Amino acid sequence: MTNIASFVYSDSFLNYRFNEEHPFNQQRVVMAKELLEESNTLSKQEIIAPRKATEVELALFHDSAYIEAVKKASNGKLEENEGIEYGLGTEDTPTFENMHEAASYLVGGTLTAIDTVLKGNSEHALNLGGGLHHGFKRKAAGFCIYNDGAVAIKYIRRKYNLRVLYIDTDAHHGDGVQWAFYDDPNVCTVSIHETGRYLFPGTGNVNERGIKEGHGYSFNFPIDAFTEDESFLQVYESAIREIAAYFKPDVILTQNGADAHCYDPLTHLCATMEIYEKIPLLAHEIAHEYCNGKWIALGGGGYDIWRVVPRAWAQIWNVMKSGEPQHGQIPESWLTKWQKEAPVKLPAFWHDDKSIVPNIPRKSDITEKNEKILINTLKYTKNNI
Amino acid sequence: MLVEEIMKTDVITLPPTATIYEALQLLQKHRIRHIPIVDEEQHIIGIVSDRDVRDASPSSFIKNSDHSELQNKIRSIMTHPVVTIHPLDFVEEIARIFYDEEFACLPVVRDNKLTGIVTEKDMLYKLIQLTGTHVQSSHIEVKVPHKPGILPEVASVFGKRKTNIVSVLVYPYNDDPSYKILVFRIQTMNPLPIVQDLRDAGYELMWPNNIPEPKL
Repeated sequence: MTNIASFVYSDSFLNYRFNEEHPFNQQRVVMAKELLEESNTLSKQEIIAPRKATEVELALFHDSAYIEAVKKASNGKLEENEGIEYGLGTEDTPTFENMHEAASYLVGGTLTAIDTVLKGNSEHALNLGGGLHHGFKRKAAGFCIYNDGAVAIKYIRRKYNLRVLYIDTDAHHGDGVQWAFYDDPNVCTVSIHETGRYLFPGTGNVNERGIKEGHGYSFNFPIDAFTEDESFLQVYESAIREIAAYFKPDVILTQNGADAHCYDPLTHLCATMEIYEKIPLLAHEIAHEYCNGKWIALGGGGYDIWRVVPRAWAQIWNVMKSGEPQHGQIPESWLTKWQKEAPVKLPAFWHDDKSIVPNIPRKSDITEKNEKILINTLKYTKNNI
Repeated sequence: MLVEEIMKTDVITLPPTATIYEALQLLQKHRIRHIPIVDEEQHIIGIVSDRDVRDASPSSFIKNSDHSELQNKIRSIMTHPVVTIHPLDFVEEIARIFYDEEFACLPVVRDNKLTGIVTEKDMLYKLIQLTGTHVQSSHIEVKVPHKPGILPEVASVFGKRKTNIVSVLVYPYNDDPSYKILVFRIQTMNPLPIVQDLRDAGYELMWPNNIPEPKL
């Protein structure tokens, strides 16, 4: 074992850019990486370069007709009406030059992270360029072209034959990954997200339990809009402890979308940095309890790229490396560099002051409703099916 | 929407001479709650529900029952005549029958023959589809004055942003007849530009809104 943890990165991640106005912006990854470097917690020898996923690997999950369509779009040869069937050329996933290559590197980054951990080169690995959980078998959706998480889990099943626990804490339902393994009892998918009643994609109900052999291995916690730290963490911590004890995974894959924060412009949850300290802490603990530490973490959503995502994602690495999140002040050098570009005031501390959370009039109702969802969804861990 | 678009056509039936026991088996095996009783020509002569069968079964408190009651013919407990519907009936109208008559199931008859069945559950499923949450989409609610031409006005905002509408519902606004609530599910993960357009055009949004109260 050379490192406790590996950080997958290359500038190629930045090529995944739909257009200047698009909210999905991989500059987040650079900002998180530099925040770690300025904090002296990430060194050069811990960084590994992503490989490019091959078409054979993409086809572990995606339809070859879809891959062909993405390649055509990549060269600007896909007609507008041809793209509709594949979700390409929409406002959410516009086509852009070399999109196939850019998306393949994100998937490859996740595969690199998987191999590093499962070959025993490091205990944990982080690919912040990945976590594109909305991609479907033959359709791009919700800013996602190829679904690296789904490809990676297929890859783990095929190459290593391990039982995978997938934990998705993005504010949007992890639908693409859920449907990919809906009938597979060796892959347990868990998604905590804002209810789809208002938010994209709309699915992720408690009653989505899996089908056939996979029945009982899909868990959804659709929490209410305006949920705050305390209730979020109550759901997350109870859910993960209980599901891990029930499923007993060999390896854990987490999707760490950072869009449940009250600053996030696309969602309506009201969390602070507190959840982004506790989410990786528990994933780390569970990985050591059940999987000999085998934990791969991915990025995902996160649309306040200035005040939220860099800190939230840097904390995953901090926990991987030292078992603890960072505290105190954000390095001055990092603030100086990025404040020049930021349209908002960058936060000076790792944690958030609770005063940033707006006053939510129905807090106790929201908490109660979330508790009911928790109890309902966890019914299936009691059955020993 | 017509009944023929939502009815199930593979209907589980029994002849009038079948036993109650057979009905019980079918209800359990297929997880259904109603069985139309038909003759050889597929004419409906009655219907039994799971409640009819349960009423005819011995109480679970009675030990050592020989269950001989279940050997009675199904015709002895079936309900008849049966309220039936036609494939070309409107779904909205049969919803009225469900509500008024408190049935949970209506056989569909064409040419005097059983051709399908619609249950309350099928209706509810259709309602889920009408609200659009089965397709990846985001939710927008706009409060608008109740006046001609308002719907296309609002909808053009989505068109300009090349965003597909998955479903549209029009609700009353509390008890105020001068307003309506338009509920859209639109096929995008990023409704922000549209929300901005709607606000710029002066529409009042019920969702997304700024529910949080001002700080004390």
